[in-house]
Amino acid sequence: MNTETKHDIAIDRSIGDFRYDIDYEFDAGTGLSERTINYISDVKGDPDWIREFRLDAYRKFIDKPMPTHWASHDLDNIVFDKIRYYLSQGTTPKRSWDEVPENVKRTFERLGIPEQERKFLAGVEAQFDSEAAYSNIKKAVGEQGVIFVGSTEGLHKHPEIFRRWFGKVIPTGDNKFSALNSAVFSGGSFIYVPPGVKVKHPLQAYFRINAESFGQFERTLIIADEGSEVMYMEGCTAPKFETTTLHSAVVELVALPGAKIQYVTVQNWSPNVFNLVTKRGLAHEEAEIKWIDCNIGSRLTMKYPGVVMRGRKARGEVISIALASDGQHQDTGAKMIHAADETTSNIVSKSISIGTGRATYRGLVHVPKHLKGCKNNTECDALLINAHSRTDTYPTISVRGQGNACQHEASVSQISEEEIFYMQQRGISEGAAMSLAVNGFVNDLVQQFPMEYSVELKRLIDLEMEGSVG
Amino acid sequence: MSLTASVPVSKEAEQNWPVWFQEQQASARSDYETTPEPSRKDEAWRFSNIGALRLSDFEVAGPVTSEGRLINHSQGLANFSAKLVFGNNALLHQDVERLPEGVLVKSLEVAAREDEELFRKFFMAQPVELGSHKYAALHKARLSTGALLYVPRNVEVTLPVEIFHWVDGENSCIFPHTLVVCGENSKITVIDHFRSADGKRAFACGVNDLHLERGAQLNYIAIQEWATDSLAFHLNSTIVGRDASSTALNINFGGGFVRGESLSRLIGEGARSVMLSLNPMQGERQIDQRTLQDHAAPHAASDLLYLNSLDGAARTIFAGLIRVERGAHRTDAYQKVRNLMLSDQAEANSMPGLEILADDVRCTHGATTGEISEDELFYMQARGIRKTDGRRLIVNGFFQSLLERLDSDSLREYLGGLVSEKLGVPRT
Repeated sequence: MNTETKHDIAIDRSIGDFRYDIDYEFDAGTGLSERTINYISDVKGDPDWIREFRLDAYRKFIDKPMPTHWASHDLDNIVFDKIRYYLSQGTTPKRSWDEVPENVKRTFERLGIPEQERKFLAGVEAQFDSEAAYSNIKKAVGEQGVIFVGSTEGLHKHPEIFRRWFGKVIPTGDNKFSALNSAVFSGGSFIYVPPGVKVKHPLQAYFRINAESFGQFERTLIIADEGSEVMYMEGCTAPKFETTTLHSAVVELVALPGAKIQYVTVQNWSPNVFNLVTKRGLAHEEAEIKWIDCNIGSRLTMKYPGVVMRGRKARGEVISIALASDGQHQDTGAKMIHAADETTSNIVSKSISIGTGRATYRGLVHVPKHLKGCKNNTECDALLINAHSRTDTYPTISVRGQGNACQHEASVSQISEEEIFYMQQRGISEGAAMSLAVNGFVNDLVQQFPMEYSVELKRLIDLEMEGSVG
Repeated sequence: MSLTASVPVSKEAEQNWPVWFQEQQASARSDYETTPEPSRKDEAWRFSNIGALRLSDFEVAGPVTSEGRLINHSQGLANFSAKLVFGNNALLHQDVERLPEGVLVKSLEVAAREDEELFRKFFMAQPVELGSHKYAALHKARLSTGALLYVPRNVEVTLPVEIFHWVDGENSCIFPHTLVVCGENSKITVIDHFRSADGKRAFACGVNDLHLERGAQLNYIAIQEWATDSLAFHLNSTIVGRDASSTALNINFGGGFVRGESLSRLIGEGARSVMLSLNPMQGERQIDQRTLQDHAAPHAASDLLYLNSLDGAARTIFAGLIRVERGAHRTDAYQKVRNLMLSDQAEANSMPGLEILADDVRCTHGATTGEISEDELFYMQARGIRKTDGRRLIVNGFFQSLLERLDSDSLREYLGGLVSEKLGVPRT
């Protein structure tokens, strides 16, 4: 359908597009140097090994080139000297919303976080710029031995678990942005689920950027001990600024034998945010890691959640939905590294490109030598809405030896004119019909999100589709 | 004379080419020298074996040792309309008597003088953009001969034209070139045979250009049988005009490291391009294939199917891209690579890509990597077929299915026989 686009993106961002003035107690200033890193380490009271870890990472960050030989040249528009790397009102999160400073509390109330916590969550962490303003876990869950704190608290109070896994799934030098995160990380969650504990309700983190020209670098480490189960959900918003905002997280998951981790993301950053995130999980024997990833916001997102299946019969899964509207580039995908026999992985990716939006799928499936009985299935479907939309698919499948099966399928299509015409005949407007069709396209994936999120997702898709035809 | 030395080609070749082409060759030579060597960091060379690209051992081939023997061994189909035999960068033999009137089959250096306009318009007109620009420049700089085929409008050449390219002598280097221009509504089948005279290691740096004007139909088949430790480049480009239809099949039986680049550009509405490749791989052989289905016009179709079987420590790389340019609406593009793993040492890398800049398109791609099913083998064993024969039969069946895509019985039969023979399938 050669329908031209005329639509205003701003209306779609209304949920997160507001901000209150905040007085920051700690401010590392603008730009990045060893001094910035020492300042962050001082404020956070880092142990020496973390300070060294940061400084080493900083040097790696400086040495690594931008990956523009394969990635978008839009990355060159990030000016690292103009970004603020650390802003906080103190490093200790509050355990009760009543203690959270008024403007910060109002922010999260507008985003509906305390309400969701009461309704269905087992624990919540709410990060405001560099540090968590609030962090709490339901008493019953805490009594089971589940730890759910910020990364700083995790490394101070539980060093024996933290140090064992921190930086082990994603090495500092994995890529330029994992190095950057390792140098300046602050905030994010540290979760430990003891053996056999099945956390019934999801744990949630909400990431909020409030300051202009800011970089948020949270660091999350989740360890699910043998036979345990946990679901973690994260959401994020930022007000719309004229200047560039950078979000560069590192998320490491460790599923010990028989454990299950589900990690759900609904990313709705404002269209000035560069969202460059490294996410990877390590699945031991018969463990399962599932990434459910939805990208709706940001200017450029580059994110390829991965699973390293290190134990026999481990399982990895990535479910990905990307919606690229005018001016957006959603460069998402998945990495599946098979490192033991009989491991299975599944990737299902659906993307929608609207207006001048561009959706890219990039994937890697790797089956090294001498493995037997590994299976991968990859399906990528892309939907193009307008004549100026763009979609790309760049998978890589590398298999050694026989006894394994990998299959990849991808298709690109558009909403059929007949379908829209059919709905219009029944009195549905063209816009509403398009929304219905797009929701239909992603429906089977949306159903994999927790109920509260799937409702939200449908609403977001409706909003994005508004005015995309005309 | 070393291949990489900056000295002109032989005196003889210099006399063969017109001055304007010699000038082009001089600039190609400096292009070759100034273009950096590929690195594995280049996306176009990802997974590739850069180490195999050392050219310093090779020398531009001298005259063949036994011209008569090569001509005698240049046998393909029983019936053909014309035959050209090249050996070590020289035309050894031509048999063009049975061609319809107006069809030109001649060596390139003659064409450059006699049909300058045609030559200038079509010779290497499409830039090599899949990574081997440097080697295309080397090819042009060192080219001394090749084949030109021109089929005028409305002419149908019923029997295939066969072209043999022989390399003779250890570490010899040849630069085979086939340029085919199909005029409006013409029809022809062309077969390139790439063969080794002595089974010794050699280097072939070949280019071919296929041009299809409106409504033309072309079947192009390349059968590559270089010695098993040879290095080869085969850089193909196909330009398909309005309502024209091209089917190109690349069969790789030989070569130690073969880099194949196939670019199909659909420039007219209703154009159609079928790209096929059949690669039975074994031993230490490696094949690195890069393809582009470039849709520049609406309502065009392309269909790619590459089949690899991998035995021993064979290694394959397939990187394919379907690119639908802005405005190429109603594109129908399909791309599929299938790897059949026959050994634990083999390695298959697949990178099927899509870049879609137009809407209302139907594009799909797929990549599968699997093994022979034990059930199938068991079924055969139960019927008295030995396991090793059963495996060969299954691999043979895997490839024969691709040959079904060809519309000529005699071609299917000929190629089917070749494949069975190479796979050692017991005759029935």
